[in-house]
Amino acid sequence: MARLNRTGYGRSAVLLLTGAYFLVPIACAIAFSIGIGAPRQALGFEAYTGIFGADGFTDSLTLTLKLAAATIALVLVLLVPALVTVRLAAPRLRTLVEIVCMLPLVVPAVALVAGISAVLRWGPDHFAGTPLFQAMAALQAPQFPMVLVLAYTLMALPLAYRTLDTGFAAIDLRVLVEAARSCGAPWPHTLIHVVLPNLRGALLNTAFLTLALVLGEYTVAAVLGYQPFAVWIVATSGSQAQMSVAVSMVGLLVTWMLLLLISAAGRARRPKENS
Amino acid sequence: MTDLLTDPESVRPTRAGSTVEFRGLRRAFGTTTALDGLDLEVRPGELLALLGPSGCGKTTALRTVAGFERPDTGEVLVDGEDITRVPAHRREAGMVFQSYSLFPHMTAIDNVAFGLRMNGTGKAARRARAAELLELVGLANHAARFPRQLSGGQQQRIALARALALRPRVLLLDEPLSALDAQVRLTLREEIRRLQQQLGITTLFVTHDQEEALSMADRVAVMRAGRLEQCAPPAELYERPATAFVANFVGVMSRIPARPGADGTTVGAFGRTLPVHGTLPGPVGTDGGSGEVDVLVRPEAIGVTADGDGTSQIVGATFLGATTRLTVRLAGGAEVMADVATHSTAGLPVGAKVTLTLPDRPVLVDRHSWGNGGRSGG
Ligand SMILES: Nc1ncnc2c1ncn2[C@@H]1O[C@H](COP(=O)(O)OP(=O)(O)O)[C@@H](O)[C@H]1O
Ligand SMILES: [Mg+2]
Repeated sequence: MARLNRTGYGRSAVLLLTGAYFLVPIACAIAFSIGIGAPRQALGFEAYTGIFGADGFTDSLTLTLKLAAATIALVLVLLVPALVTVRLAAPRLRTLVEIVCMLPLVVPAVALVAGISAVLRWGPDHFAGTPLFQAMAALQAPQFPMVLVLAYTLMALPLAYRTLDTGFAAIDLRVLVEAARSCGAPWPHTLIHVVLPNLRGALLNTAFLTLALVLGEYTVAAVLGYQPFAVWIVATSGSQAQMSVAVSMVGLLVTWMLLLLISAAGRARRPKENS
Repeated sequence: MTDLLTDPESVRPTRAGSTVEFRGLRRAFGTTTALDGLDLEVRPGELLALLGPSGCGKTTALRTVAGFERPDTGEVLVDGEDITRVPAHRREAGMVFQSYSLFPHMTAIDNVAFGLRMNGTGKAARRARAAELLELVGLANHAARFPRQLSGGQQQRIALARALALRPRVLLLDEPLSALDAQVRLTLREEIRRLQQQLGITTLFVTHDQEEALSMADRVAVMRAGRLEQCAPPAELYERPATAFVANFVGVMSRIPARPGADGTTVGAFGRTLPVHGTLPGPVGTDGGSGEVDVLVRPEAIGVTADGDGTSQIVGATFLGATTRLTVRLAGGAEVMADVATHSTAGLPVGAKVTLTLPDRPVLVDRHSWGNGGRSGG
């Protein structure tokens, strides 16, 4: 009994410590955002209600969500076929693919963005008047900077590779693919109707991690001079400190909700029949 | 209407069974040669078992028919037509795999209907046909279950129904029973055979279990190191194995030390001279031995008679039911197995002196193997 109690206390202590580690800063942030501790100010939720009307909020958020969607799509379109090929046809290339996907971990975002901006600055001088010039201009279009999607895709590769690879490890890909093929399914059908549904959890996790990455990315976007959500928050915090904290809190909440949604989607079994 | 649907006749393939032919198939993986010039013909509507030790290339041969493996040289013909370059999904070959291969995210009936969904069959039609096939494999009431809610045997039955759904030209079975426990394996073995005969579908059945092959197949093809060793009906394979390898792999063989005759066509054993079936293995004395050979005889073909002056002695007896397997030590020390009817063992107690006799027909001969207690077999 005594032992049981002691482990019980130990557990509570650990829980309390971790809880404090997470909750104290959050509580402080909330307190600040509603005006506790600020002299000459009444308590209130103006910071929160003001978010939606704030200058640039909608634009930056839409931009971020569009970037996130495009990044997720690009990551999956690149990685899923590559991993299927590596597992079925070229197992010897596996290490190579893994190393390539892990490279962004050792190349810091700042180095990446330095390289990108150097190319973007150097390019127009040399290719003026050629189709390449237009392509480079399109890459940097302010409404939808494709260059950010490319950069984010690179940055998401390590996480995406890990989660997808785990997903592939959990299924017997070769047997599933061959069973589908012997049932008369061509390659695209095999991928869509058999491989992807069995990777659902891994795909959702990848999507979520990529989304989280794009939501929080600051360096690359800021240096290249775009204003997605994270950059906007920092920009606002200079002028409206309370609102920027409020926005972070809302962001945190939204991220949690997304996480819950995705894990729920991963757990839900589809009772409907396809046939 | 329901009667019509569940009648096996209604799922009979429209075409009569197809032929499958392997011509000089060769396939190497790096330094391993999986298929080394395989020639084999499967007749329309027959169940042909591909039998051989693990690693002899059975699965590779099957996968070249399914289209998952491309031969380095040689070709596979179905109904006389070279299909070597046809992609897997257009081969019309149904396959059941060794490991459980049902799509985990689909119910049993969706699994069976998958092929029909791929070829664009309407929803109502494919559900009806899938239900009919589930009925055929005896799992009509498991239609809504997911694979993880089914036992191994049930999963393999559904895999079989899925393979049959498109009325394939050939059915390919790659050790479909090897992951199941003994009792289920026996029932499913009979069931596969019954279905195959009902549907008259040409079937290639891969197994390393000689009993399974002998009990199910119309003909058994014994493979060794990527080649065909012998292809014959089970009884012929058992009674007249063409080579020592087949003899050892199929059933049990007793090895009796013998002396090759000078002309290479006869062999001496138990004081008699017997004609050799096939050829003597290698020139006498070149294999580092004394030039001695073993005669291979089925245990039940050896006659045992009690003989006080005999030079052999019974050293053991194993009750097998109707027969008893005696272990007899010969004068030279070698031990030989002989099966006798159990009712005649009263006069043959352990320790008795006996004389052994061989049947009067050509015998198979193999290199002498030392330290072999007369036991060999698959
Ligand atoms: N994809 C492969 N890569 C490398 N070696 C293989 C491959 N498939 C089969 N082999 C080799 O080919 C030989 C025959 O294999 P297989 O046809 O699976 O034999 P069996 O089914 O008779 O046990 C084995 O030595 C096996 O290791
Ligand atoms: Mg095999």
